[in-house]
Amino acid sequence: MPHAFPYLSWSIWLPIVVGVIVLAVGAKRNTEAAKWIALVGAIAGFLVTLPLYQHFRLDTGAMQFEEMAPWIRGLNINYHLGVDGISVWFVLLNSFMTILVVIAAWVVVEKKVAQYLAAFLIMSGLINGSFIALDAILFYVFFEATLIPMYLIIGIWGGPNRIYAAIKFFLYTLLGSLLMLAAFIYLYFQAGQSFEILKFHKTMLALQPQLLIFIAFFLSFAVKVPMWPLHTWLPDAHVEAPTGGSVILAAITLKLGAYGFLRFSLPIVPDASHVAAPYVIALSLIAVVYIGLVALVQADMKKLIAYSSIAHMGFVTLGIFIFNVLGVEGALVQMISHGFISAAMFLCVGVMYDRVHSRQVADYGGVVNTMPIFASFFMLFAMANSGLPGTSGFVGEFMVILGAVKVNFWYAFLAATTLIFGAAYTLWMYKRVIFGPIANDHVANLKDIGGREFVFLALLAVAVLFMGLYPKPFTDVMHASVTELLTHVAQKKY
Amino acid sequence: MTTLNLFPAYPEIFVVAAICVILVLDLFISDSRRVVTYLLTQLTLLGAIMILSMTTQSASTLTFHDMFVDDFMADTLKIMCCFVLSVLLVLSRQYLLVRGLFSGEFFILILFALLGMMVMISAHHFLTLYLGLELLTLSSYTLVALQRDSSRATEAAMKYFVLGALASGLLLYGMSMLYGATGTLDIAQVSQALRHGISGDKTVLVFGLVFIVAGLAFKLGAVPFHMWIPDVYHGAPTAVTLFIGSAPKIAAFAFVMRLLVSGLEPLVADWRDMLIILAVLSMAVGNIAAIAQTNLKRMLAYSTISHMGFLLLGILSGTHNGYSSSMFYIITYVLTNLGAFGMIMLLSRAGFEAENIEDFKGLNQRNSWYAFLMLLVMISLAGLPPAVGFFAKLAVLQAVLQAGYVWVVVVAVMFSLVGAYYYLRVVKVMYFDISTDPSLIQPESDMRLMSSVSGIAVLALGLFSQPLLALCAFAIDRSF
Repeated sequence: MPHAFPYLSWSIWLPIVVGVIVLAVGAKRNTEAAKWIALVGAIAGFLVTLPLYQHFRLDTGAMQFEEMAPWIRGLNINYHLGVDGISVWFVLLNSFMTILVVIAAWVVVEKKVAQYLAAFLIMSGLINGSFIALDAILFYVFFEATLIPMYLIIGIWGGPNRIYAAIKFFLYTLLGSLLMLAAFIYLYFQAGQSFEILKFHKTMLALQPQLLIFIAFFLSFAVKVPMWPLHTWLPDAHVEAPTGGSVILAAITLKLGAYGFLRFSLPIVPDASHVAAPYVIALSLIAVVYIGLVALVQADMKKLIAYSSIAHMGFVTLGIFIFNVLGVEGALVQMISHGFISAAMFLCVGVMYDRVHSRQVADYGGVVNTMPIFASFFMLFAMANSGLPGTSGFVGEFMVILGAVKVNFWYAFLAATTLIFGAAYTLWMYKRVIFGPIANDHVANLKDIGGREFVFLALLAVAVLFMGLYPKPFTDVMHASVTELLTHVAQKKY
Repeated sequence: MTTLNLFPAYPEIFVVAAICVILVLDLFISDSRRVVTYLLTQLTLLGAIMILSMTTQSASTLTFHDMFVDDFMADTLKIMCCFVLSVLLVLSRQYLLVRGLFSGEFFILILFALLGMMVMISAHHFLTLYLGLELLTLSSYTLVALQRDSSRATEAAMKYFVLGALASGLLLYGMSMLYGATGTLDIAQVSQALRHGISGDKTVLVFGLVFIVAGLAFKLGAVPFHMWIPDVYHGAPTAVTLFIGSAPKIAAFAFVMRLLVSGLEPLVADWRDMLIILAVLSMAVGNIAAIAQTNLKRMLAYSTISHMGFLLLGILSGTHNGYSSSMFYIITYVLTNLGAFGMIMLLSRAGFEAENIEDFKGLNQRNSWYAFLMLLVMISLAGLPPAVGFFAKLAVLQAVLQAGYVWVVVVAVMFSLVGAYYYLRVVKVMYFDISTDPSLIQPESDMRLMSSVSGIAVLALGLFSQPLLALCAFAIDRSF
């Protein structure tokens, strides 16, 4: 049933248009107005995505809310949009996060506020576009275009080493995606001169080209996820990015990589995916175990959370490449939950950084004495990050581990170590920062969170708890699409 | 003998007439009223565009004893040349005024160069081709040397002249060998003779081809015949640099099409390999050498070299798809270049050339709109979506892949990554560094409008590339 109202187009273009308006208003030094417009725009951007959930049909794995218009006829590129159970949550998540980022930036960002907010709004639209594009080139355009605002966000508003981090981030990501572009062009000819992703899914391919295409896709998405050993840009980018940048990076753009595996690698080159699965699983387990250990020794809180993100994303890729419903759904749940949790963790660090201007664990201690409300929020998120049952962090990890047991006990065993390492690095950091005697004057003079900070932390806390206690609505939406994907992946393509 | 059909050559005749009028009128105009010459030149360009669009016909017509051809591709490219030059004049008016270059000679030379390009684009005979080329290059040498008191410009002109003359010599030599092998200078007849196969030794033919390709590579600035490009780009006044990097590139594309595709297509297997080498080397050297540059004009010169490599990729695919992709590529590249050099001229003022990358420091603080325009231009040159440079690269790459050169595509893609680095550095300087130049940027309104339009065009052409792509495909299909 085609929907009359183009929700998907709105979810892309509304934030972008608002972003441009914010830029125009902000250029006249009218930052207060720019902020309010940005907030209204972000909320409106979230509201237009809500019907996607409301009207979502659970009984089909096909694309919904499709929109189609020819774009560049000469190359047969279409403006083709649609969501299924795999992508719909990311659109909602992304639009939701944009509101938080706008609120979080309200008084904290001092330099060029309008440009900052506009960059996030524009990026929000572009990211939505990459999740819902059903034409490979359209996807690529959105996928790449997100790099530019992110590059500027890190480079302009980041920390001391921001320029190095920004360039590293950009070049790493570009390296991967350029090869993906070459693969798309190859598929264009194989699929009878079409860039339709759904046609790519049905295109027959011999194993040899499948493997090459897999490698091209893998480089692109593995850099984005990021998987060990392509992860080194992430700690740099996270540490140097402003709080909002870290939130969007961790909560959303990392998911683009995993989403890419589900939308491109698995269905387009299923046989190559099966061939490569043991290697990908090995890399994922290394990420879980080794990066977990690396996180343990970090002295910088943002770096610690960045490494913890890599470890958590290792779970996601593990879940995807064990090819069973539990694993893939677990991976998706883990992605959404990690979106909430990592955003919350970065925001918590941001709250402290705004007051003390340090991210070093050693500069804190005894924060609970001066910021009790904040400490309780932080506690909840730290527990969620270590996968405590009852929080969203537990659901995804547990599903993936269950899925992994079905395939190989040792996969599950190694993956399960994260419950130990995760708890170790998160809670140890929490203990050193929050508990103990008041470490110095800075901590002694801390003020507890205000209303603005309470709002975004509370919103995230509700999300984390709701998803942890009642994940059914999330998995229901995914189920049909994931099942269809896995039956598709099980078929040989040559 | 039938009467001479002048109809296809009306635009050229109009330009010649206009040049004569302006040449004479300019003598009677004092320096303070030089703007009249400027306006007349603009009027000439406008008139040429109008005549071109009125005389457009979709079938090709031969005239002047088959030495001159008028087809859809020629009309399209000529209109583009006139349009680009018109924009260029708007962008450089202020720059020229401040530097005392706002003289009659500049405009006359530009118009002569335009005439040369038009003849080149419409050539159907080796001699016409050569005639047009020489008219263009001789005007260009003089334009580079226009700033007499600048030793750098004079040196650049000298270098340009010597190497350019050498290239012309190579080209003529190659043509003479082809004449020896086929017995004709008419492009269609050469092609026919080659298709029928020539008896005896093919050596002279291949030698001729090598010389012709080398000459072409010189004119395009493809590696290893690229030495003149950085020096000329750097040494010439920015307005002239912009000129060299704009319309003549479009004409050079037509030149390659006439020579290699119309004339020597039967030898495609021979020249394709040469073009692959030229293209890959150009992309490699252009992109890698650009990293080391601190001067923006030099950096853009090396970037031109790499872009010429990309242009050759489309041609070497040897299909209509490839030719039209190359045509799209060159047109959009030239438009993007207008934006880049336009910005250099916009930031320059009396006694100060904003030609070092450093001069763009903190542009975002000084004026965020111009920084944004430059950002668009840079991402387009780097080939990143959503700017038009991405779609141009996409079109070329798909043509090359269709022709079956997977490894060339991978190489091209890898060098794009290298390219992204130095374009990004400009973005970095504009956005991340702190400005040390407190002066305000106050361009005149025509300049401001035109640079905004050319910057936005880079984005708009990317988002709506369909019409231009279709036009290029149509032009190529109708003309070859």
